[in-house]
Amino acid sequence: MSTALDNLVNQPYKHGFVTDIESEVVPKGLSEEVIRMISAKKEEPEWLLEFRLSAYRHWLTMTEPEWANVDYPKIDFQDISYFAQPKPKKKLASLDEVDPELKRTFDKLGVPLHEQKLMSGVAVDVIFDSVSVTTTYKTKLAEIGIIFCSFSEAVREHPDLVKQYLGSVVPTSDNFYAALNSAVFTDGSFCFIPKGVKCPMDLSTYFRINTEGSGQFERTLIIAEARSSVCYLEGCTAPQFDTNQLHAAVVELVALDDADIKYSTVQNWYAGDENGKGGIYNFVTKRGLCKGVNSKISWTQVETGSAITWKYPSCVLLGDNSIGEFYSVALTNHMQQADTGTKMIHVGKNTRSKIISKGISAGRSSNCYRGQVKIGSRAAGARNYSQCDSMLIGDRCAASTFPTVDVQNTSAQVEHEASTSKIGEDQMFFFAQRGIDSEEAISMIINGFCKDVFVHLPMEFAVEATKLLGLKLEGSVG
Amino acid sequence: MINKDSKVLLEVKDLHATVDGVEILKGVNLTIRAGEVHAIMGVNGSGKSTFSKVLAGHPDYTVTAGTAQFEGKDLFTLEPEARARAGLFLAFQYPVEIPGVSNSALLRLAYNTLQEECGQEELDPLEFDDLLQEKIKIVEMDPAFLSRSVNEGFSGGEKKRNEILQMAVLDPKLAILDETDSGLDIDALRIVANGVNKLRTADNAVVMVTHYQRLLNYIVPDYVHVMSGGSIVKTGDKELALELEARGYDWLKAA
Repeated sequence: MSTALDNLVNQPYKHGFVTDIESEVVPKGLSEEVIRMISAKKEEPEWLLEFRLSAYRHWLTMTEPEWANVDYPKIDFQDISYFAQPKPKKKLASLDEVDPELKRTFDKLGVPLHEQKLMSGVAVDVIFDSVSVTTTYKTKLAEIGIIFCSFSEAVREHPDLVKQYLGSVVPTSDNFYAALNSAVFTDGSFCFIPKGVKCPMDLSTYFRINTEGSGQFERTLIIAEARSSVCYLEGCTAPQFDTNQLHAAVVELVALDDADIKYSTVQNWYAGDENGKGGIYNFVTKRGLCKGVNSKISWTQVETGSAITWKYPSCVLLGDNSIGEFYSVALTNHMQQADTGTKMIHVGKNTRSKIISKGISAGRSSNCYRGQVKIGSRAAGARNYSQCDSMLIGDRCAASTFPTVDVQNTSAQVEHEASTSKIGEDQMFFFAQRGIDSEEAISMIINGFCKDVFVHLPMEFAVEATKLLGLKLEGSVG
Repeated sequence: MINKDSKVLLEVKDLHATVDGVEILKGVNLTIRAGEVHAIMGVNGSGKSTFSKVLAGHPDYTVTAGTAQFEGKDLFTLEPEARARAGLFLAFQYPVEIPGVSNSALLRLAYNTLQEECGQEELDPLEFDDLLQEKIKIVEMDPAFLSRSVNEGFSGGEKKRNEILQMAVLDPKLAILDETDSGLDIDALRIVANGVNKLRTADNAVVMVTHYQRLLNYIVPDYVHVMSGGSIVKTGDKELALELEARGYDWLKAA
């Protein structure tokens, strides 16, 4: 099997794969003209152009947020090219051509061979033809009425759905980066689960990215109709490199009556080198609307990459008895900065939310939890439980917690627990004295620390995430 | 059990060690043979615990002079984990808590690391559980402790029993019990002592570091050493411990 595979992979790629779409780049800078050009190139309907333009006009009146606990040079928004069709990565003939460092990472993570090839841009042959995989997958889903496609395709094929829900959770005027995204987003994912359908498999961006490629300004919209449920996986553990430094995605989730959306992310964007050079700025707006009664939205994230992470996956609990959950592991090392957390906005009666946040800081990094729990005046019987734990590795890193609680209904119950711990010399010595080397000891301590979050990840994601954390912390202790 | 012909497990000669530049051990000499039980006694600050940590390789301590041979190997050239894998076990005075890591997972990892070291087959979770169910009887622990996080929420006595459970699983050649008796009520003391006695063989040895004679009623030592001012100032048999109990340590203070 493996020799056959090697042979297939090693033969020169028949179809050449030199596609020149460099010419698609629009001049740098942002203006109404550029937005019209983007919209025209994508052959968008008039209403979507209007959506973009109104977002842009609002963006012009906004200023970049400076409240986050992160520090970076000012971004020149006129120095960014807003419409570059994702450049196809240089295709390599075999895994032998892949950067050995990247290869080592793959091996350590235990990324399956065919996945390694997809990630590193090796031309994939017949056996693992990603297009056919994607097609099979899509056909199967379509049979039960699930729509899962790129955002552009959704605009073309399902304009009414997009029009109804786009911007309904994150309005164009929501915040600086969301407005920017709304004006210039290029593509992303769209997912629709019809009434009463339980999606039989986890939907993963992994299957989509291979055909479409993600952009710098990604847009995701997931709609779960009444009594439906879906698990959505974003990202992957393999390190992702990108020449675009600024990433400002928007993710909107809508759950109608009795619907259930579970959104899991493992993020490992390039974090820059040990001194913080390079690395992605990841400024994301993610929000879910529990619109219907008894609906539930659950965010699980493992954030390990990016030079700067600015991200607060939130839930607006509008429907009575709706549930919002946020499970997060954020790991920072070297010079990374993360300011991440969640907002739980309780509007409906008997709404419940749960926040479990685990921050791990190593190196000279800074890791900050920022959360808001808001109980509105109408949210009788609302409950929230928050737990924020920080772990420090070494003595040059920082961890901070900024919880905000705003309660306007006297029948609400809000609990907040926080702890800070350190991987101590004593713990490490204990493991060593039991014959366990430091790498395995750290991995075990960290996984123990993150257990409450990892149990909410899909099995194979959890296994990879476990390894990923160990890898990210290599050499941080002792 | 003294048998002058049995193999020397540990031979320490003129050991000097410092912490933060302060000399704590000032020339310790000690020979331990297979099958023996040693007690090291002394007042607080006499260097007893330091001695056990130095042998196990705690990074806070620096060996400045002297040697320690463990089954003929130079102990001080080995990393702490290598010393453990070679069969040196330290039961901690203050066992650490490891939140989220189950007792059985830790034990299995430690056990399998040893198995790998001696070229033996690793055990899968089911096989290992069978082994654990046997071992846990030695310390009369409720099996529920196996699935709990290591030492988290354990009472003082439970933590100490957990240390002996680890010893039972890892089956070391030389076990150093650093004040394992402190903080134990009389029942827990009996259970811990019984556990240690069950684990004794002609091929292994036990060193008990303790303040009190009490433990020695249960685990009877072949040798009792008194440490004072960073060295062993007197060695005797179990009668010495009784004498210490009656007279205190003052009469033995290092010059």
